[in-house]
Amino acid sequence: MKKLFRRAAAAGVLALAFAAPAAAEAPESDEPIKLTLHDWSGQYITTTIMGNVLKSMGYNVEYVQADYLAQFAGIETGDLTAAMELWDTTAAEALAASVATGNTIDLGETGMQAKEEWWYPIYMKEQCPGLPDWQALNACAELFATPETGSKGRYLGGPVTWGGYDDERVEALDMDFEVVHAGTDAALFAELESAYQRQAPFLGWVYAPHWAPAKYEGEWVEFPPYSAECYNDPSVGINPDMAYDCGKPSGLVRKAGWAGGEAVWPCAYEAIRAFTIDNATMGQLVAEVDLEGKSVDEVVDAWMADNEATWQSWTACGS
Amino acid sequence: MTAATIAVPRPRRRSLGAARYWLAAAVLAGVSVALSDRLPEWMVEYPRAWRMPIESSISSAMKWLINDANFGLFTFQEFTRSISWCFNWLLQAAYGLLAHGFTIGKGEEAILIPHVSWIALIAVLVLFARRVGDRGLAVFVAFCFAYLVVFGQWASAMVTLASIVISVPFGVAAGLLVGIAAYRKPWVERAVTPVLDLMQTVPVFAYLVPILFLFGFGPVAAMIATMIYAAPPMVRLTVLALRGVPEEIKEYGRMAGCSQRQHMWKVMVPAAKSGLLVGLNQVVMLSLNMVIIASMIGAGGLGFDVLHALRRLAIGEGLEAGIAITLLAIALDRLSQAAATVPPPAHGTVRSGSWLMRNRLAVAAVVLLALSMAAGAVIPFVADYPESLTITTGKFWDHVVEWLNINLYDTITVVKTWLLVNIMLPIKGFMVALPWPVLLGILAFAGWRLGGWRLALLPLALGAFILLTGNWEKAMITVYLCGLSVVIAALIGIPLGIWAVANRRRTRATLTVIDTLQTLPSFVYLIPVIMLFSVGDFSAMIAVVAYALAPAVRYTIHGLNQVPEHLVEAGRAQGCSRAQMLWKVRLPLAMPEIMLGLNQTIMMALSMLVITALVGTRDLGQEVFSALAKADTGKGIVAGLCVAFIAITADRLIQAWSRRRKAQLGIA
Repeated sequence: MKKLFRRAAAAGVLALAFAAPAAAEAPESDEPIKLTLHDWSGQYITTTIMGNVLKSMGYNVEYVQADYLAQFAGIETGDLTAAMELWDTTAAEALAASVATGNTIDLGETGMQAKEEWWYPIYMKEQCPGLPDWQALNACAELFATPETGSKGRYLGGPVTWGGYDDERVEALDMDFEVVHAGTDAALFAELESAYQRQAPFLGWVYAPHWAPAKYEGEWVEFPPYSAECYNDPSVGINPDMAYDCGKPSGLVRKAGWAGGEAVWPCAYEAIRAFTIDNATMGQLVAEVDLEGKSVDEVVDAWMADNEATWQSWTACGS
Repeated sequence: MTAATIAVPRPRRRSLGAARYWLAAAVLAGVSVALSDRLPEWMVEYPRAWRMPIESSISSAMKWLINDANFGLFTFQEFTRSISWCFNWLLQAAYGLLAHGFTIGKGEEAILIPHVSWIALIAVLVLFARRVGDRGLAVFVAFCFAYLVVFGQWASAMVTLASIVISVPFGVAAGLLVGIAAYRKPWVERAVTPVLDLMQTVPVFAYLVPILFLFGFGPVAAMIATMIYAAPPMVRLTVLALRGVPEEIKEYGRMAGCSQRQHMWKVMVPAAKSGLLVGLNQVVMLSLNMVIIASMIGAGGLGFDVLHALRRLAIGEGLEAGIAITLLAIALDRLSQAAATVPPPAHGTVRSGSWLMRNRLAVAAVVLLALSMAAGAVIPFVADYPESLTITTGKFWDHVVEWLNINLYDTITVVKTWLLVNIMLPIKGFMVALPWPVLLGILAFAGWRLGGWRLALLPLALGAFILLTGNWEKAMITVYLCGLSVVIAALIGIPLGIWAVANRRRTRATLTVIDTLQTLPSFVYLIPVIMLFSVGDFSAMIAVVAYALAPAVRYTIHGLNQVPEHLVEAGRAQGCSRAQMLWKVRLPLAMPEIMLGLNQTIMMALSMLVITALVGTRDLGQEVFSALAKADTGKGIVAGLCVAFIAITADRLIQAWSRRRKAQLGIA
C-alpha cells in the first residue's frame, strides 16, 4: 500500500511538472478553451457558433458535455472555460452564487430573451374560450383534471430544480390546480407531444427559445404581470397575504466563464463577450435542427457563411 | 404463503409458526395505521428538531478535502488531478486510435494519422471471435458491428468503446488486487465487504458531484465513476474463484516449493481463471450500463446520442443508439465469455508448424490493419463508411409510438386509473402513515427471528440514520414504489421462468429477451412510457418493472434447474402429477434460489430509482438527482446512503431467510 502511495505521489509530481510550463505561456495560449455543451439543441448551436469563431481566430477549442447546473463547479476551477447559455429564469441563483466565489465572471448577455410561463395548445381555446386570461383558465380547471388530481386541474411543471414557484403561485392565486413536477425536460415535452397527438387537454411549463413553441401551436397563459415586488412583498398584488401572486419573470440569457481565463486568452474572452444573437434567428436555427432534422454543424456552417460580417465583428481584438 | 405446502414434516410446523408471525406483523401495522390519529405526533411524523445536520457536515468535509487537505508535498486535489491527468493521456490515445486519429504538429503542417478503419476493426474482431469461439460467434460479432456501421452509429460507438477499453482493464486489475488481498487476509475482507455493499447500492448520481470536484469535468470523471460502479463484482468473484481452487492444486503448489508470490500468480490465479473471467464479463456489462449516466457528465459517445435524441423526442433515433449500446454490450460479453472458456491446449501436445502457422490469425490481423490504413488514405470509403449509405428506421418508430398513443391511450388510461386508485395510492398512503417505531420494530423482530440479535440491530441502526437525516417519508415512498414494482416483477417473472424452463429453446429465447431488456438503456423506453402513461408513479413503476424483471426470471430458471435429480425422481416414484411435481416438489425446493433472485430484483429496482427521478417522482431517487443538479455533495451522499441502507436491510433479511430455508430443506 505504501508503495502504491509513493508511486501515486510521483505521478502527481510528474503531472505538475508538465502542467506548470503550459500555464506559464500566457497571455495568448494554445491551451484548449473548453466550452460546455448541454443537452438541448439551442445551446448546442450557440456553443458551436462560438467554438467555430474562436477556432477561426486560431484558438484550440474543446467541447465538454456537462450538466447545466453542475457545470459551475467545473467553471470555478477552470476545468471548463465558458458556458454560452445561462438563463436568468433557471440559473440566476446558481450563477450569482458562482460569481460570488470570485472564480466565475459574467460574460454578458447573449441578446436572447427567455420567456417561460404556463402554456396550452391552441385547440384548448375552443373548449375554454376565455383563454389566455388566468381567471378564465381557473374557471375551466376541470377540463384539465385527471384521476390522480381529482376535480382539480393538472398543471405539469418543470423539474423541481428549475424552481419557478408554481406551487406558491397556485396557492397565492387560489387556483384549482395541482402542480405535478416532471423529472426532466424530456419528460415534460414527451407528455406535451402525447397530448398534442391526441388533441387532448394539456397545461404545462413551456419556455422559449425552444423548438416546442415552433412545433406546437399554442399560447402562454396571461397572469398578472411580474414585478420584483410581487415576488418579494406579500402585500403587493391580488392576494394581500402572499407573494408570487403574479406571472413569471422573463429574463436574459447570459454567458459566463472562468475568471482565471481572462489572463490566459484575453482576446477570446473579448470575442465571447461580443457574441450576440436574437430570439428570431435562434428559433429559426433550432427549428432547422430539431424539426427538419439537419445536423448542428450543417446549420451552423450555413449561418456562418451567410452572416460572416456579423461574427467577424466579434473578433476585432484578434485581427 | 410459500412454505406451508411442503411435504417434509419438520419445516411444516415451523413455517406455520412463521406464518403466524407474518400475520401478527400485518395486523400490528394495520392497527397502528388505523389508530395513527391517536398516536403521539412524534411516532407518526419524526420531529424536525430531532434531526442531525449530517448533510452539512459531509458537505464541509468535502470542501476541506478539495481546498485544504494536504499530504505535505502536494494537496489532495493535486493528487486526484494527477491521476486524472494520467487517465486522460490514456483515454486520448484510445480516442485517437479508434475515433479521431492522431494529429501531429499544428496548423497547416499537421499530419493526420487516421484512426483504425471500420473494415479493419470488424475484420480483426471477427478473426478473434473465430479464434476463441465457433462460427456462430464470428457471424454474431460481424452482425453487431455491421449494425453500428450501417445505422450510422460507428463514430459514437468508437468513442464509447474507447472509454470501455481503458476503464475495463483498470477496473479488472483493481478488483483483482483487492480481491486477492481480501482472500489472503480476513481483516481486509471484513473491511472491504461493507465498502463493496455501498459501492453497489449507493446510486451513481450521489457520488458524481464529489468525483467532478476531485477529478475535473469531462470523460475522465465519467470513466472513474464507471470504474467505481463496475469493479465490485470483480472483487467478489475474485475471492469466490480463489476459494474455489481445489485443495489438490494448492497442495501441489506448496509441494513444488513455490514462494508466496509464485503460489498466487503461477498457481492460484491461473487455476481460478474461469471464475475471474466471469468477473471480467460483469465489469464489461456494468460499464456499458453506465454509458448513459456517464454521458451526462461528459463522456460523449452513444450515451450522449441517446440523451440528445430523446430530448428532441426523436424516439426512433434514441432507440437506434440504444440498440447500438445493447449490441456492443452483448458482443463484448459473448467475446469475453468465449475467451473465458477456450480450452487450454491438452497436456503433452507438441505445437506443430512454424511460428507463422501457429499465429496465422494474429499475423493476418496485423496485416489487415496495416493494409486498411494504407488503403484508407487513398479510398475514403475504407476509412469512413459514407454517410449517404447509412439507413435509419427512426421515423418508423416515431410513427409506431404515435399510433399507439392515438389508438390505445384511452384503454391504457382505464387500466392505469383503476390500478392507481385501487392499489397504488392506498399502499402509498399506508406506507406514509405507518408509524416509524412500528415498522422498525417489525423489521428488528424479523431480523432477530432469522439471524439473532446482530441482524435485529442492523435495521434499527440503518433506520435510525434515515430518521436522523430527515428522509423517512421519502424513504417510505421509495419502499412503496420499489416494493410494488418488485411484487409485480415477481408475479410476471416467476411464472415466465417456470414456463421457460420446460425446454431449451424456450430458455434460450427468454434469456435473450431478458438480456436485451437489461442492457438496453432504460432511458430509451422511458420517453414512450411517459407518452403513454404520463408523468407520475405509474410510469416510474413500469420502467422499474421492465428493468428489474430480469433477475426474477433468471434465478427462477436457475433454481428450478438446480433441484437435485434424486428428489425429482423420488417425487416421480410417489406418482406425483405434473402440477403436484411443480407445486409440491420443484417450486419449494427452488424457493431459496428464487428468493435470491427476488433479492437481486430489489437491488435492480432500487438502482432504477435515479432513472425514475427523471420521470418525476418524489422519493429518495429524486433527492439524489436534485442534489446532483445543485452540486450539493452532502445531500446527495446522504440520500444515496439512505437508498443503500434500504437495499442492505432487504438483502440481509432475505439472505438470512434463504440460508435458513436451505438448511431446513437439506440442500445447503
